[in-house]
Amino acid sequence: MKILVPVKRVVDANAHVRVKADGSGVDLSGVKMSINPFDEIAVEEATRLKEKGSAAEIVCVSIGPAEAAEVLRSAFAIGADRGQLVIGEGDLEPLAVAKILKAVIEKENPQLVILGKQAIDYDNDQTGQMLAGLLGWPQATFASNVTIEGDQVQVTREVDGGHQTVRLRLPAIITCDLRLNTPRFAALPSIMKAKKKPIEQKSVDSYGVDLKPRLQVLKLAEPPRRKAGIKVKSVTELLDKLRNEAGVI
Amino acid sequence: MSPNELPAREAMEFDVIIVGAGPAGLSAAIRLKQVAPECSVVIVEKGSEVGAHILSGAVIDPIGLDRLLPDWRNDSSHPLRQAVKTDRFYWLTKRRAVRLPNWFMPPLMSNHGNFVASLGDVCRWLATKAESLGVELYPGFAATEVLYGSRGEVRGVATGDMGVGKDGQPKPGFTRGIELRGKYTLFAEGARGSLTKAVIAKYALQQDRDPPKFGIGLKEVWQVPPEQHRAGLIQHTFGWPLDNHTGGGSFLYHWGDNLVSVGFVVHLNYHNPWISPFEELQRFKTHPLVRSTLAGGKRISYGARAITEGGWQSVPKLTFPGGALIGCAGGFVNVPRIKGSHNAMLSGILAAEKVAEALAASRANDELEAYEASWRTSDIGRDLRKVRNVKPLWSRFGTIIGVGLGGLDMWTNTLGFSLFGTLSHGKPDNQTLEPASKFKPIAYPKPDGKLTFDRLSSVFLSGTNHEADQPVHLHVADLESEKRIEHDVFAGPSNRYCPAGVYEWVGEGADLKLVINAQNCVHCKTCDIKDPAGNITWTAPQGGGGPNYTQM
Ligand SMILES: Cc1cc2nc3c(=O)[nH]c(=O)nc-3n(C[C@H](O)[C@H](O)[C@H](O)COP(=O)(O)OP(=O)(O)OC[C@H]3O[C@@H](n4cnc5c(N)ncnc54)[C@H](O)[C@@H]3O)c2cc1C
Ligand SMILES: Cc1cc2nc3c(=O)[nH]c(=O)nc-3n(C[C@H](O)[C@H](O)[C@H](O)COP(=O)(O)OP(=O)(O)OC[C@H]3O[C@@H](n4cnc5c(N)ncnc54)[C@H](O)[C@@H]3O)c2cc1C
Ligand code: SF4
Repeated sequence: MKILVPVKRVVDANAHVRVKADGSGVDLSGVKMSINPFDEIAVEEATRLKEKGSAAEIVCVSIGPAEAAEVLRSAFAIGADRGQLVIGEGDLEPLAVAKILKAVIEKENPQLVILGKQAIDYDNDQTGQMLAGLLGWPQATFASNVTIEGDQVQVTREVDGGHQTVRLRLPAIITCDLRLNTPRFAALPSIMKAKKKPIEQKSVDSYGVDLKPRLQVLKLAEPPRRKAGIKVKSVTELLDKLRNEAGVI
Repeated sequence: MSPNELPAREAMEFDVIIVGAGPAGLSAAIRLKQVAPECSVVIVEKGSEVGAHILSGAVIDPIGLDRLLPDWRNDSSHPLRQAVKTDRFYWLTKRRAVRLPNWFMPPLMSNHGNFVASLGDVCRWLATKAESLGVELYPGFAATEVLYGSRGEVRGVATGDMGVGKDGQPKPGFTRGIELRGKYTLFAEGARGSLTKAVIAKYALQQDRDPPKFGIGLKEVWQVPPEQHRAGLIQHTFGWPLDNHTGGGSFLYHWGDNLVSVGFVVHLNYHNPWISPFEELQRFKTHPLVRSTLAGGKRISYGARAITEGGWQSVPKLTFPGGALIGCAGGFVNVPRIKGSHNAMLSGILAAEKVAEALAASRANDELEAYEASWRTSDIGRDLRKVRNVKPLWSRFGTIIGVGLGGLDMWTNTLGFSLFGTLSHGKPDNQTLEPASKFKPIAYPKPDGKLTFDRLSSVFLSGTNHEADQPVHLHVADLESEKRIEHDVFAGPSNRYCPAGVYEWVGEGADLKLVINAQNCVHCKTCDIKDPAGNITWTAPQGGGGPNYTQM
């Protein structure tokens, strides 16, 4: 079985970003970029499936600037076999990404596609679902456990208030949640080998899909600054403040 | 699990191993590949990416870069975009700023032809050059152990294990470190390198030299309103807020997109244990000269790093069988110029050339004597020799007289002589504190949240992050003497000198204990230098942990 894992290059989870002075976007100059943490989990899961013998090959695809090759290398260091880099500048919306992925999938013919549940830059939580819709494939989102059973896959989903277990027929789409696994530390030799794995490059335009944005960003603003906290001396004082100052009880 | 129960480490062979991707390590790697393209060079860097742990002023003297990449000015991607235009030097009192005329300054102090930049950005750019020459560069990996051969020679380093829990036991996902073995190992860890310290001790490299000397430098980057920005203006001060017996001073550089880098250095031979270098920087910003530049601006980053100050007298022997110290691991900062990055690059280049000669002669793991023999007569030695008495004079005579005598000595050295010969630095920095009872605690002003801040909100801006479940990387050898000396005699100075609030004495009497918030550590190395009980050893935490500096 072949598994396809789309991986996005996003601002590092530990980096601090600033909104540009004119509110037109986020200032990313000099800021560390990394593989989207949920995508790292997806690659780890695919690698574990391969190690268990449930999968034969892992292909990763990243859509973004030329530097996105770095996140493909991160995926290789975990265990992916080869990569496709679809080069396109600027922010692509989830629908455009889903359309490109559909085109890639039609050529690669994977039986399973594992995505992150969301990218931590815009937190859209849409690409996997849109892709499933475009392909007409079954989907299991927010996965916290994945087991392959012949031509089916059983997935435990994190839903409000508990877990839901579903079974899908392959080919299928899975988006993974934080608790699916803890990605391994890539060891130095794996990182070295990752440099030698092949990356095929294409341009977004070569797919002939409509990439026009559907959304217009009006303004970006930083969240209002939280006021410094205070120490209260007693429960009575706390209750008093909650009731009379904060007005929350 | 004890080390011998762990799985064996994999080993990899290279010609040259470099520890640290700062200006020294990167320059050495680039030069090696320029003169010996066939040799294999690997660099490990503990930061999550190159530049993540680099903190500098920085006004950069391009002498090193000119030698390394003579054509760099024609490279459209280079980050030295702001030439120094105006150079000002002030003596501060609480309310006033007295400008010293430029003709008064010895010519070596001139910043004409230098650039204001982020040294981290310079390193990121040098890293792309190194990689395109075939250097293997691995950020996110700390070297934690020196490997020795049977003749006592250095054979390489090992990287730390990943995925070890607080209790020292392997966690799920545990990955053993790797042995990097090679013909020569260059230690480019910067000021107070953790492996460098071990190597200096093992080969007694400090023997017959003055003790190493340091300062702590704290820095913030601000984005200021355009009308307050003067691109290319650089400004240095001494005097207030430090008293006459505490060495140090400030820097303030205008560059980039309305950016101002503002920082403060306190010499770590200070006596008064109540001093907080962090609060000195905060207080300094309230001076009218500085306030008028920063007011209405936004602070975008914060960090701190030790800086070497021993210079000419304190540079240890740089070579030992199988390796050498380069850059601030040796300690090549020119104190009055507050510059070290140019010498870091020059020393990397010099050592690389000697390594290449050795490799060409099929030598391996022996001593690179030619490097030790040549640095004092090279540009590095010429730069440091002229200023060798500035810091000792400052330490002996206090700021007012010491800086004056230092200036005079730089003038006479420019003419080729010194009235003082070569003065000694005196005691190591951890022996200069006087008992807390001799001083009154200093009442620093409260932060206003606009111009001045507290430490924790500052550390937040450094992007510091460590895996929480790992062994504490700050080792206190003897808690009992730490309490008796550090706490009882000196009133816990670690709580004040640490720029990240890592150390806290909590409780009283029998319950008194030292809490170490290791997760906040910005890897400045000050505790390893200044602890009066000499108990604290900084070791490298799991690779990738530590600050994530941008524009530093
Ligand atoms: C990969 C990833 C996965 C995520 N998954 C989820 C998810 O599944 N569910 C979800 O709800 N959110 C998730 N988030 C969002 C994230 O967890 C929230 O943004 C976070 O919980 C917000 O908490 P906070 O406001 O305390 O901010 P933080 O950024 O967590 O904290 C801000 C500051 O507060 C301090 N601080 C925080 N906690 C403590 C503490 N216990 N003690 C002392 N100081 C503290 C820290 O020093 C920090 O500087 C995820 C984020 C990432 C990057
Ligand atoms: C506040 C301040 C202001 C300064 N201003 C200026 C200035 O204006 N101009 C100037 O020229 N110089 C200035 N300097 C000095 C200059 O920054 C240093 O001389 C220079 O950075 C030294 O370069 P280096 O390569 O030797 O070490 P560093 O720059 O310290 O780099 C060392 C690198 O090695 C890595 N490393 C360390 N240990 C390990 C390990 N065990 N494993 C893996 N990686 C490791 C570190 O993470 C780091 O990336 C200033 C210094 C400070 C602190
Ligand atoms: S713990 Fe030590 S090295 Fe870390 S920030 Fe504090 S003083 Fe610096």
